[in-house]
Amino acid sequence: MNDPMQVIEDTTVRLLRMAATKLPKDIEDALRAAREIETDETAKTQLSAIIQNIEIAEEGIPMCQDTGIIIFYVKVGEKFPFMSEIREALTNATKKATAEVPLRPNAVNPIVGGNSGDNTGVKIPWINWEVVPGDTLEVIAFPKGGGSENVAIVGMLKPGVGLKGVKKLVTDNAMSYMGKACSPNIIGVGIGGGADIAIKIAKQQLLRPIGERHPEPEVAQIEEDLIAAINATGIGPMGLGGKTTVLDVKVDYAMRHPASLPVGVAVQCWAARHSKAIISKDLGVTFVTHPTEGA
Amino acid sequence: MAEYHLTTPISEEDARKLKVGDVVFVSGEHVYTARDEAHERALEMFDKGEKPPVDFEGSVVYHVGPVAWKKGGKWQIVSAGPTTSIRMEMFEDDFLRKYKARIVIGKGGMGEKTLAALKEVGAVYCSFTGGCGALAAKGLKEVRSYEWQDLGMPEALWVITAEEFGPLLVTMDSHGNSLHAEMDRKVASRKADVYAHIGIEE
Repeated sequence: MNDPMQVIEDTTVRLLRMAATKLPKDIEDALRAAREIETDETAKTQLSAIIQNIEIAEEGIPMCQDTGIIIFYVKVGEKFPFMSEIREALTNATKKATAEVPLRPNAVNPIVGGNSGDNTGVKIPWINWEVVPGDTLEVIAFPKGGGSENVAIVGMLKPGVGLKGVKKLVTDNAMSYMGKACSPNIIGVGIGGGADIAIKIAKQQLLRPIGERHPEPEVAQIEEDLIAAINATGIGPMGLGGKTTVLDVKVDYAMRHPASLPVGVAVQCWAARHSKAIISKDLGVTFVTHPTEGA
Repeated sequence: MAEYHLTTPISEEDARKLKVGDVVFVSGEHVYTARDEAHERALEMFDKGEKPPVDFEGSVVYHVGPVAWKKGGKWQIVSAGPTTSIRMEMFEDDFLRKYKARIVIGKGGMGEKTLAALKEVGAVYCSFTGGCGALAAKGLKEVRSYEWQDLGMPEALWVITAEEFGPLLVTMDSHGNSLHAEMDRKVASRKADVYAHIGIEE
């Protein structure tokens, strides 16, 4: 039998490599579609450069030099037999991918300074754990770039402002950072819960497929209103003008405290890099976003 | 809007021909990376009367922290998209006046101080598409030297030979025009229309 630690590590190295070098298909398709509808010459130049860059990166080169801080979303089945191996395997995979892909060392100690050199360190890679029914392990590698992260916000609104106030917060934020988050962007919005819950929900939204609307029509409507509003700004690709400022806006929520209306806004650059795999209890591996050749 | 293929060193005359909206591809040996710390060091050296390891006059200065690796004993740029230029606003006008670089490349644009210096010195600011690290690396053909290594890989001064590096979009020129400032005005003027989509009246 294969060594479970090794299987999880090897799988994760591939996830990190694929995430850095090849966009999931829905995102690449959305960028190509955005180029088709542009009439502005500058916007076309920007989107053409992005698409050319994607094509070069597929040869195995990180598409962006900012290969992000390493975050994982892990869903582990209650009956998955190798729970205790996961953290170490993910950490080792991060070090290995940093040297081999290569990834830029992006883990800096905020207290004493210094770069760890291998993208690991205190609490990094960050792992979002979720225990779910079943016996499989799902791992999503989600390297997050700094430029788009720098414009994320949490607003603690007065409940009286209502959903209109929520939409204004998201739209005003987009108009303040313009193209600085390397647009076209994907924006995730989390409403309710608390400050931490709202931003956590917001960030998770960035992993939803492009074009998918929230199953609840009221929430789907907020998504559509925000897409229309933000694209009406004309900020466009890289903030240089054009039709597509956002590829998508995703909204989800949790119940809120009667006195609070927390809103988290997470922003993703066009290089919406992530890669997902599922490992069975027998250590069979299925790559979901980046299938292996012939699979 | 015109397309230019320029070779370094770039003359003041050539730089002054460039206008906002033009597309430029750069080739040549005077292409240097510089972020916050390299700008700061270059200015300190000037003030002390010391000579930096490269001649910045007529050069292309790229705001970037590359991913690079050593292959077969030679440094190579792997991925090198632009970083946010506004961080260098505090140094750039002084740097341009002292060293006469002709093209500054980055993303997001720069402010009034830099715009004034571009006009005075005869230089332009070009935007390279953010995140396009792999495309940029194609044009950054050869690393000739890796100076100021004590600043670390991203902040060091990389001395590069470029070949058709681009497309670089001129977004600030020597005639006082800035596409970034224009975009700020345009977006502000659309606010009522934007708000109409979310049911808000100004």
